[in-house]
Amino acid sequence: MKTTQCTGAQAVVRSLLAEQVTTLFGYPGGAIMPIYDALYDHRDALEHILVRHEQGAIHAAQGYARATGRTGVVFATSGPGATNLITGLADAQIDSTPVVCITGQVASALLGTDAFQETDVMGISMPVTKWNVQVTRAAEIPAALAKAFHIARTGRPGPVLVDITKDAQLGLLDFTYEPCTGFRSYHPKPELSHSAVQEAAHLLDGARKPLMVVGQGVLLANAEEELLRFAEKTGMPVASTLLGLGAFPTDHPLYVGFVGMHGDYAPNIKTNACDVLLAAGMRFDDRVTGDISRYAKQAKVVHVDIDAAEINKIITADVAVHADAKDALRALTALVQPRQHADWLQEFSDAKAVEVETLAQHTGTTGELRMDEVVQLLSARTGGEALVVTDVGQHQMVTARHYRYRSTRSNITSGGLGTMGFALPAAIGAKLAAPERTVVAVIGDGGFQMTLQELGTIMQSKVAVKVLILNNRFLGMVRQWQQLFFEKRYSFTEMVSPDFVTLAKAYGIAAERVEARENLEQGMARMLGHAGPYLLEVMVEKEDNVFPMVPTGASVSEIRLA
Amino acid sequence: MKTQDHDRERSFTVSIFTEDRIGMLNRVTIIFTRRHLNIASITASESEVPGVFRYTIVLQATRAQVDKVVGQLERLVEVLKAFVHEEEEIVHQEIALYKVRTGTLANGAVERVVRENHARILSVDTQFLVIERTGHVAETQALFEQLKPFGILEFARSGRVAVTKPMKELSTYLKELEAK
Repeated sequence: MKTTQCTGAQAVVRSLLAEQVTTLFGYPGGAIMPIYDALYDHRDALEHILVRHEQGAIHAAQGYARATGRTGVVFATSGPGATNLITGLADAQIDSTPVVCITGQVASALLGTDAFQETDVMGISMPVTKWNVQVTRAAEIPAALAKAFHIARTGRPGPVLVDITKDAQLGLLDFTYEPCTGFRSYHPKPELSHSAVQEAAHLLDGARKPLMVVGQGVLLANAEEELLRFAEKTGMPVASTLLGLGAFPTDHPLYVGFVGMHGDYAPNIKTNACDVLLAAGMRFDDRVTGDISRYAKQAKVVHVDIDAAEINKIITADVAVHADAKDALRALTALVQPRQHADWLQEFSDAKAVEVETLAQHTGTTGELRMDEVVQLLSARTGGEALVVTDVGQHQMVTARHYRYRSTRSNITSGGLGTMGFALPAAIGAKLAAPERTVVAVIGDGGFQMTLQELGTIMQSKVAVKVLILNNRFLGMVRQWQQLFFEKRYSFTEMVSPDFVTLAKAYGIAAERVEARENLEQGMARMLGHAGPYLLEVMVEKEDNVFPMVPTGASVSEIRLA
Repeated sequence: MKTQDHDRERSFTVSIFTEDRIGMLNRVTIIFTRRHLNIASITASESEVPGVFRYTIVLQATRAQVDKVVGQLERLVEVLKAFVHEEEEIVHQEIALYKVRTGTLANGAVERVVRENHARILSVDTQFLVIERTGHVAETQALFEQLKPFGILEFARSGRVAVTKPMKELSTYLKELEAK
């Protein structure tokens, strides 16, 4: 193989090019300056987005990864630069997002000496990464990065951090790049057990009331088509977790809604009425199951997951299919009998009618605007085809409930970690990954203020994202819990905010505020029709609640409609 | 299967085989810490396969807890294999060292205690002698109690080392893993 001599910093950039990285997010600083200097020579091939805070960089990389399935890449300096990544690493870890973070580190001779901007990044990031490594010699850089990319994107994806000391960046090496194809302690692709698939198919063939719940694992496996074929052959109802939204078209007759704490009434209550529960690429999060001692006890559970540690972690599986969702669904489709479940599906329709009717009694078109109206209008005006990025809280649940996702990789949200401040930077990354798509960040007034500095990134890099702020002047989800479970003691949830429209304009971003119902339609049209970035602030009812709701500790059967 | 035995807290020995990497001990212990499980003893050394490290961890837990821990240990990308064993599935040993004053030998009482406990005198100095006993915790503790009246200057006990009774060798697992 041909080798050429270069510095460790140049090797970093060449390795990224070898991995076909085209976009990365970062923030320079002392300990990563050699890498930034090497990047300067390749700034045409590698688009570097300068963020305003390292948390913004990693959330943007997450948005980039989730919009396309490609690995997001981040540069940050040592010390505070690296510690600012931690929230994003934890978020990417729990939501299985492939990200490679490259952090600068003080020179190896200074490790452990409390040098300027030195932090034990390895120790701090270890619990929130799929893998991390510290490189102290230039010659080790290409192999470390090859391994990092391999680990981040294979199996159950996740974040990887590569910490490179300054002397390693400055040292010389003979550069060759060999992509990593595997190593003996890591087996990301499980072998599909034929007997497990047969057992699962047998259970499904005998089922009278089967229910399928799909999670992000289906998206991560690119198994959307396999899911559709499987569902249509078995005729079984398909529900989705929060992160699974978009894996199955929400306008499909077999789609019965979103499960969990603020999910739909029908799939939640029918979880405790089905006879076979097929869970694919999901991990029975407590926000999905409610009280596990009263979750699907009557059902035989078939659990398909690529991560062996998820099987039997929360819910004991009667049949465990340790496999990639694509392989498992393909094999299952071949084995199952074609079926139809008209009566069983009718039960879902009936339950849905109850939900619609009950919720309608508590909403109206007088009074202040509500979040659900705004999201419904967004859904209608974008035909369910926008890439919607949400933050965390009431607006997130309302969007999950009311946006009619019609295509895959259209829903990016912070699910497992529930990171407020996620949406704005994630939307920036998503838009850069999918420039042809309409990308709308739906954010609450609280979450927006956690990372609003990224308006600067939108301005400088001319990222045409739409920012839809649903402003209820409260930390709405916490307030809702205070109302329901803490006797309306609104302890520090009311929030006074600046004028977001003026703020956006200071960044040169077109913006407007809608307060009256009659202005919403036009405001939405202007936002969606605008060529560049646009901020639309919609003032919504202050003390609106999100229903249905499964209170903490309750069973999914005890879901409240009001 | 949920049984009463599954939820009964008892002693388990977890054997973890890993690549020889900086920070591996930290990665392993984080899994226990996250689940609020206390490690009773830990030993680490190279296994019979060069380059493969073996960690032996003893803890009090339920079967349900320890099975989940093993799943999460195996998820670590540099862990080759992790096993969990009940007490009767392993042969295990600990080593203890006791430092006492040389003068205690004078009346023969310490010598008797050493003989009766199948311990041995490892080193004799003008000031002190060092007694060694290998065995289970109960045995090394019994010797501790018997030496206590003579004044123990220093005491150290190792973590558990254990080998398993089933005959499958690590190298067989490694070959299987490498064949994948």
